[in-house]
Amino acid sequence: MQAVTCACALLVVVPLALVFYHVLKSGIGALNWAFFTQLPKPVGEPGGGMANAIVGTFELLGLAALLGVPVGVCGGIFLSEYGYTRLNWWIRFAADVLNGVPSIIWGMVVCALVVVPMQGFSAWAGGLVLGFIMIPLIMRTTEEVLRLVPQGYREAALALGIPLRRAILRIVARAALKGIVTGILLALARVAGETAPLLFTAFGNVYWNHHLSEPIAALPLQIFNYAISPYEESHRQAWAGALVLLFMVAIINVAVRALTRERFGKIP
Amino acid sequence: MTENQHKTSPILPVLPPPRRALGAQAAIAPAPAAAPAALAIRDLSVSFGPNCALKQASLDIPARAVTAIIGPNGCGKSTFLRALNRMHDLVPSARVQGQVRLFGSDIYGPGVQPVVIRRRVGMVFQKANPFPTMSVADNVTVGLRLNGVRDRALLAQRLHQSLVMAILWDEVKDRLDAPAISLSGGQQQRLCIARALAVEPEVLLMDEPASALDPLATARIEDLILELKDNLTLVIVTHNMQQAARVSDYTAFFYMGQLVEYGATVKIFTNPAKQQTEDYVTGRFG
Repeated sequence: MQAVTCACALLVVVPLALVFYHVLKSGIGALNWAFFTQLPKPVGEPGGGMANAIVGTFELLGLAALLGVPVGVCGGIFLSEYGYTRLNWWIRFAADVLNGVPSIIWGMVVCALVVVPMQGFSAWAGGLVLGFIMIPLIMRTTEEVLRLVPQGYREAALALGIPLRRAILRIVARAALKGIVTGILLALARVAGETAPLLFTAFGNVYWNHHLSEPIAALPLQIFNYAISPYEESHRQAWAGALVLLFMVAIINVAVRALTRERFGKIP
Repeated sequence: MTENQHKTSPILPVLPPPRRALGAQAAIAPAPAAAPAALAIRDLSVSFGPNCALKQASLDIPARAVTAIIGPNGCGKSTFLRALNRMHDLVPSARVQGQVRLFGSDIYGPGVQPVVIRRRVGMVFQKANPFPTMSVADNVTVGLRLNGVRDRALLAQRLHQSLVMAILWDEVKDRLDAPAISLSGGQQQRLCIARALAVEPEVLLMDEPASALDPLATARIEDLILELKDNLTLVIVTHNMQQAARVSDYTAFFYMGQLVEYGATVKIFTNPAKQQTEDYVTGRFG
């Protein structure tokens, strides 16, 4: 029995190790200073980089967070602290369903709602779709973390005559802050790699994005475009891009681990 | 019930009936002391959905004295206590009926804000719950700061005063910025008491404050209670009868959601009027 479970555990690690090894091996060769500072060169020409895609990914994540974090966190607080049983059940149900919606459908919806009226692809649309994907994620993780805060703290705060809103924000949410930040970081890591919804919202850009209503490059998009092109040079660039993206996501996860490690101030 | 007590216990002082709203009932337990009642409770009933946890309790809790609420588990002591500072407002299924007058004003009256009541009637809980993200000093002053008090001098003064009153100043004066959860269990409970005292309530409710503590810490809490009663009205729920006998001036005995008997502690423990009370305090049940 122990051998079987041990084998299964190792089986989980193997694909991860394979991915890391392969991406590292194929991508490290094309990583150089030019990669981080230059724009993509025309197809077939050697050299160039993905500077605009890296910056574009950060921009899109920033826009997504602008939408996703306030709405998600406030929604989570509502679900946990204000107990309207029936309504909350429906909201949770909707959030769980939305968490399972394929991201390409989100992309299509935002395309129809934003790209078509604006008559153009834009960073706004890209940020919007990533934000929409983040909202139910953050909402559910925030709610779960708030539920873990012992009821005693709420009672103690209210027994001091502190108004409910202030008690929730300054005491309960503060106690759960680490968990809320973890949820946000994990949601960011998840949407950082989303490609399909960006295909018809942000669309990608080989130049720098100067205005948020213009199309914008993003790492997953650029990787996709390079991976399907016939040129070997593009493939090398795609592997390098994949390495950078993997690295970004790995850093976020390490940050999450660092935040949630058991330190002296553990909540009893 | 009043007739009974007058018949069997002539040591009870005979007072003029307390001034209160219309419809004074004879079944109300008398206010034993000459001091005015801090809390005048009439026909208080609390039910959670279909379950009635407290039925028609009526008593007067005198000011600047310690009143103990005793009874076996599930008798409605905590339910009664929580009704005194409107903590049941937090429970959607709770229904509170009756009147609770805090120095004359009905706390369940129309337009009365629970937040204001809770600043006048503080509460300390069974399990010490200092806020984990705050230091000792921040914990004590949190009730003031989150109610808009910005004056640093006032905050410092109340911090010192509350910690002295809670007999905790000497132990923490060198580590006011340490995390509150780094204190021992007994210290944490005294910190919670200091926190409740910082907003200068008129009444302090304590729900089994020492039940989670070792005997040494319990003794400290009891000393603290005796010191506090000079300035405050205290109502203490305890399942420890000896503790009730040690610290309280008046005792109310609840059983199965009903107030069975209320009177001076000395009388309740030496010559109770009801047989049920006598059975409980002598340990025949509970």
